[in-house]
Amino acid sequence: MTAVEGIRMPMPGGRVHPYIPNSAPGVRREMLDYLGLGDVSELYGAIPAELRLDRALRLPEAILPEHDLKAHVLGLLEDVVSTEDVASFLGGGCWRHFVPAICDEINNRREFVTAYAGEAYSDHGKHQAWFEWQSLMGELLEADFVSLPTYDWMAATSSALLMAARLTGRSEVVVPRNLNPEKLSHMSNYCRAGLGAIHTVPFDPSTGEMDLDQLREQLSESTAAVYFENPTFLGTIEGRAPEIVEAAHEVGALCLVGVDPISLGVLAPPAAYGADLVVGEVQPLGAHLQAGGATCGFIAGDDDPRFAAEYPTLLETITTTEREGSWGFGWATFERTSFTKRGLSDDFTGTTSGLWAITAAVYLALLGPQGIREVGETIMQKSHYTMACLEELPGVGVGPTAAPFKEFVVDFTGTGRTVAGINGALLESGILGGQDLSADFPELGQSALYCVTEVTPLEHIDRLIGTLAEVVP
Amino acid sequence: MTGSGPLRDGFHAARWLEPLITELGTPGERGVIPPAAEPAIREAVGEVLESIPPRLRRARPPELPELSQPQVLRHYLRLSQETLGAAVNIDIGLGTCTMKYNPVVNDVVGGDPRVTRVHPNQPPETIQGLLRILHALESQLCEISGMDAFSLQPAGGAAAIFTNASIMRAHHKRNGEGGRRDEIITTVFSHPADAAGPATAGFKVITLYPGGNGYPDFEALKAAISDRTAGLILTNPEDTGIFNPRVRDYTEAVHAAGGVCAIDQANANGTLGITRARELGFDLCHFNLHKTFSTPHNSEGPALGAVGVREEFARYLPVPVITRSADSGYRLDYDRPHSIGKVKGFLGNVGTAVRAYAWIMAHGAEGLRTVAETAVLNNNYLARKLDEIRGISVPYGDAAGYRLQEVRYSWEQLHEETGVGTNDVKNRMLDYGVNSYFTSHEPWLVAEPFTPEAAESYSKEDLDEYAAIIARVVEEAYTDPQQVRSGPRRSSISGMDDGPLVDPARVVTTWRAWKKRHST
Repeated sequence: MTAVEGIRMPMPGGRVHPYIPNSAPGVRREMLDYLGLGDVSELYGAIPAELRLDRALRLPEAILPEHDLKAHVLGLLEDVVSTEDVASFLGGGCWRHFVPAICDEINNRREFVTAYAGEAYSDHGKHQAWFEWQSLMGELLEADFVSLPTYDWMAATSSALLMAARLTGRSEVVVPRNLNPEKLSHMSNYCRAGLGAIHTVPFDPSTGEMDLDQLREQLSESTAAVYFENPTFLGTIEGRAPEIVEAAHEVGALCLVGVDPISLGVLAPPAAYGADLVVGEVQPLGAHLQAGGATCGFIAGDDDPRFAAEYPTLLETITTTEREGSWGFGWATFERTSFTKRGLSDDFTGTTSGLWAITAAVYLALLGPQGIREVGETIMQKSHYTMACLEELPGVGVGPTAAPFKEFVVDFTGTGRTVAGINGALLESGILGGQDLSADFPELGQSALYCVTEVTPLEHIDRLIGTLAEVVP
Repeated sequence: MTGSGPLRDGFHAARWLEPLITELGTPGERGVIPPAAEPAIREAVGEVLESIPPRLRRARPPELPELSQPQVLRHYLRLSQETLGAAVNIDIGLGTCTMKYNPVVNDVVGGDPRVTRVHPNQPPETIQGLLRILHALESQLCEISGMDAFSLQPAGGAAAIFTNASIMRAHHKRNGEGGRRDEIITTVFSHPADAAGPATAGFKVITLYPGGNGYPDFEALKAAISDRTAGLILTNPEDTGIFNPRVRDYTEAVHAAGGVCAIDQANANGTLGITRARELGFDLCHFNLHKTFSTPHNSEGPALGAVGVREEFARYLPVPVITRSADSGYRLDYDRPHSIGKVKGFLGNVGTAVRAYAWIMAHGAEGLRTVAETAVLNNNYLARKLDEIRGISVPYGDAAGYRLQEVRYSWEQLHEETGVGTNDVKNRMLDYGVNSYFTSHEPWLVAEPFTPEAAESYSKEDLDEYAAIIARVVEEAYTDPQQVRSGPRRSSISGMDDGPLVDPARVVTTWRAWKKRHST
């Protein structure tokens, strides 16, 4: 093919790009003629020559045939080990759970995949699905007010802490030592301007629960909020949650609780023991691991206008329409958000995790009250079983609690081996061992965070125990 | 001829009148049976729920609906049909969002189990292929922007801007100027996050307003610069589609005062391969991969705001940073003492990055330039078409020359002459099968604004149809304004009470709250 006179050919050799309709030379000429232009470069007159790149970008050669492109990318992925191929005991904020087929089906619907900022009338279905997600989460959390998504749990936590600071007019927060260190890192950066200090409270090494005496010592009239998680990052069910809430309230602070929502079929929702705001991670509800890219956080609480005014997220509201019984849904009160506040913001929102919220709505609708309870029970059966088996191994300690939800700490210090060494040996047997905690929690020695869920088969647990029996002396 | 062309007069959106999921179902129905523990496990552990401290046990089951599987599928399929995704309409309306084609093959590779079933904390040696793709994408974005290092961790554009503001803060603190340099300069036609991100990071924000050419006068910038200046964060071209030709004077002036310069490249679709952040003098930048690089917008995410920096600022990037060595392959480096830390869990939205990589590989250098040039051609073709329509105007007129990727138009004249405003027009457009358009971020400096963006994915026929729809609505506005003002009639719903969307007292975010408020 030869170039059409007067227009630079869009692709080498005059190729037409299948994603770009007007890369065909004839129509391009027609459009330029309509504009009275000889060449498309004339449209760039506003960019001074000295600001233009005077050469072609140095990028790999384009792969235009779809078949070849697919083969190229999949070829690069060839050496990747997926959790489908091995026995995985990794958790720590991203967890492998049962994903119903319909979650994938809806998650892949091209209308949802390619929707974005469409408003109430154009994207009625998307807005309804979001409102349903908020409503279903509300039932699970026993919370009357639920936000649209944040990027992830850590973003929800940081934003909720800033909310607490604004609501109380105070600037210090107290968080547990047994927090995901990545979350603490996020908080330290995100809240640097909005919080005066982040204090940490140690946990009781024998139970994994927060040290209440130490908590009370940290609390003062400067405390805006106490934040803790249930279950904790290290797996303990925080049995004294009501006392922590009470201690926070005694000094006029708010109490914020982080939850793994898949636990709430069997664990009490934090609202039941007095939490003021609840945050958490929705990924367990219908999303695959996605290499960590399926995170979706939320903030929830009472239907209290004083609190509602402080949510930095988008919010979905229900409304009526001219037709009896037909609902409308839409984004509410933009002036509350960074979109309107601009330079007067003390938090922000943007494009977060809307598709995972829709997916989680599908999940909760499928599971229902019975399913969500069964999942919780199965997880606990399997994690308790695994823990009991591990405890039998010489030199191996498990804890800190005897009764975790889905994660627990396995202490290999007594074996004389490092977690890194053990995990290396496990990998040779097709096992992804637990997350190495030795750098972030040196007080736990050579410990790893193990995760067992409803999709961990007995065979994988047996393989873990069998392999460890050979690995540890 | 304007006003002629294809119009879908018989169009009607799907209207299923679907009840809320919480109102559907029958007690005892099940949607799915989750896996159960093996009998050996159940026998061994006994009643595990009794191990939960009594006060921590759930007292009553959540009031989730009870539905069979086909009911759930049908309900959400119906809701999907009531969603006008970019793939099913000529989605030119959502300007600043760069609604372009999201290649399906990219979702195929991004949906491969070696992406979707991978745990982010797996040992790096088990995810070399993924790290190879992320590293290659970082290199490509470096070349496209002229930056020296990239982070793929921020999960959206606003998060990327906040990341850049955090980097500026860390930089000045390291130089012992953290206390003094507490001001960031931006422009009013930049995205609100360009102000909100630095404000959240603790900066005071100075906002510049446009002069007669549509961009701030250089003198206004100079007046804003002082020894308190921490940096500059703006878009170029701005949301008006106007390219600020003096941008390098801006960056030089801010540098001369000791500030750092960041560009928000949300509007980069018209400049790929034409200009780069480096040539414009910027130290930091970000790309919205879900805009310019075609990854799906996913009903507001997952998305990715990739942050690029010059070498001097690489030390501040979020951890981990992907490194490569000949003997150990790709590794994750967490040992970076100057890093701002985490801005998103794990490695960010990896699946989004894989899709963006595939998109760049499908284009190459020439292809990216074709993307940019076609987007600019489409925008200006549409602009000329709209120019023939009564009631529409282009603020800053010819002074700013050709717009690049988009134009911010005004319906001020239409409003004055007919009483029909931009919100009326955008809603009425739905009746012709296209998305309602984006007006403007606040404040509305342009009266009755309207900001479409004709990305490279739209054919001439698409552009003609879009212009014809606008012409039709304008014609209606002059002949029967009430018809336009009464809102869409052929969409999935009509006649919505907007009260709860704007009145904080009427906002209801859950069905349980609605029931409580309306129980007698």
